[in-house]
Amino acid sequence: MTASDPRPAIDAVWRTESARLIAGLARFLHDVGLAEEFAQDALVAALEQWPETGIPRNPGAWLTTIAKRRAIDHLRRRERFAANLVELGRNQGVDGVGTAPDAASEQLDSDDIQDDLLRLVFVSCHPVLSTDARVALTLRLLGGLTTEEIARGFLVPESTVAQRIVRAKRTLTKAGVPFEVPAPADRPARIASVLSVIYLIFNEGYAATSGEDWMRPALCEEALRLGRVLAGLLPEDAEVHGLVALMEIQASRMRARTSPTGDPVLLLDQNRARWDRLLINRGLAALERSEALAHPRGPYAMQAAIAACHARARTAEETDWIRIAALYQALALQTPSPVVELNRAVALSMAFGPAVGLELVDTLTGEPSLAAHHLLPSLRGDLLRRLGRDSEAATEFARAATLTKNARERALLAERAAACEAAAHRMQRTGAAAEPSAMDLDSAARRPVTG
Amino acid sequence: MRFMVLVKSDADTEAGVLPSEELLTAMGRYNEELVAAGVLLAGEGLQASQNGARVQWNDGAAPTVVDGPFAEAKELVAGFWILQVKSKAEAIEWAKRCPAPEQGEQVLEVRQIFEMDDFGDAATPEVRESAEALRSKTEKK
Repeated sequence: MTASDPRPAIDAVWRTESARLIAGLARFLHDVGLAEEFAQDALVAALEQWPETGIPRNPGAWLTTIAKRRAIDHLRRRERFAANLVELGRNQGVDGVGTAPDAASEQLDSDDIQDDLLRLVFVSCHPVLSTDARVALTLRLLGGLTTEEIARGFLVPESTVAQRIVRAKRTLTKAGVPFEVPAPADRPARIASVLSVIYLIFNEGYAATSGEDWMRPALCEEALRLGRVLAGLLPEDAEVHGLVALMEIQASRMRARTSPTGDPVLLLDQNRARWDRLLINRGLAALERSEALAHPRGPYAMQAAIAACHARARTAEETDWIRIAALYQALALQTPSPVVELNRAVALSMAFGPAVGLELVDTLTGEPSLAAHHLLPSLRGDLLRRLGRDSEAATEFARAATLTKNARERALLAERAAACEAAAHRMQRTGAAAEPSAMDLDSAARRPVTG
Repeated sequence: MRFMVLVKSDADTEAGVLPSEELLTAMGRYNEELVAAGVLLAGEGLQASQNGARVQWNDGAAPTVVDGPFAEAKELVAGFWILQVKSKAEAIEWAKRCPAPEQGEQVLEVRQIFEMDDFGDAATPEVRESAEALRSKTEKK
């Protein structure tokens, strides 16, 4: 059977070719926005011609040829324009491209494409751009996603994403951001920016626990793919492998994170047989690569090491909480943050009992950055409950329920508040002890540790 | 979504004939390309069926073991890739780029891997639970 509608096949070619195409064009145009425009022109040409002619044997080369032709025409026009201005004797304000069309054409054929992709990654995540703009531009230029797909993933109107992309390109041009790999001195900071954009995309998809929209899990897959691409481009960077390890291991739990009815399932209650062993093994391998490259571990590798502790435990009871608590302590030294401390409190409570955890949690109650967050009261509630202080636990769970923005989480917390309330009453009547309960380790553990 | 791309056997793979150096090099480059694009999750080549066996069940009787080789070369699998991609078209696009021998037939079969959600509404919680129970049994080696 032959495919009748060429559209899916053209989309697929675009998906596999667009980043390289844009990256190659951007090198000699020195302008990412223009590069994307000409790449899009080539796509339009493909959409017009391929349904008639069929998809060419080497579709990538076809797209490159068309886009290159448009780009060269553009450069010629600009050169002529510049020459005219020279004749008129007022050439001061003109930004000469400085590359003859033929030389440019040769450049595009060279096999420096890996370097070009890396440059494109750094430009898309450039610090002159807002975080939203970095995310949108990365998904658009490197992921080959449409504006509509990005909008669906981030639950914002399509026009918002379109605007972000237009503005981002304008900002890059205005700031004169060069199409280059940053100097060695700037590299760590710039790589950190790229990693945080990729992890943000991943978390956006991961935070949606239910399958309400196919685009959100797809964001996780795209972030993972970008991470793997980056690991190929920067094989010597320990933190890139650390981030890939972290994402692979977290993604391995995706299937186990929701019950058949769509409710979130907490880490310790998850059916570990549903964890994806292939992704776990990939994650552990990436972590090994990262650890072989750098000691001590960076923040992503550290979080991956923690995730690996869970992945290695065949049952929840086998979890090495002492090691996890130690890793969180090391992480807290590197990137001090109340959220990391909160996670450490969980680990401590699992390793040494709820009283030890509560001691640390109680030092965090004044933290302004946690004031609006449901994590603190929900953890405090959990520890209080395990200590048999049900009435106080109920108050904390009720408070947590008012703070979360996720409807399913709110229901779960309200349920716990009611259960604690009931237990407190029972306790008054009969003096029975409370049952221990699990906590939302998974959602606590995946919060970004910085910022 | 994930796809398994299956390489079908032929007389050569069954006879254990190694591909030409040229093809091996092209295959290596192809695999590198899959890795660089971030789409390759796993991939392996399988030895000829004479080094394998079949475990067969008939009408509920105890399983019998049949050693290879197996006759119907074209029905056998000689290797596979697992790709994570956005669409079936993308999986096909990658499959089309696989290098092929200059002579003779090569068949790749592109098959989508089940995710639990693919069962959609047809899978009631009970069905899902039992499917999961089954899976957890098979995964406990």
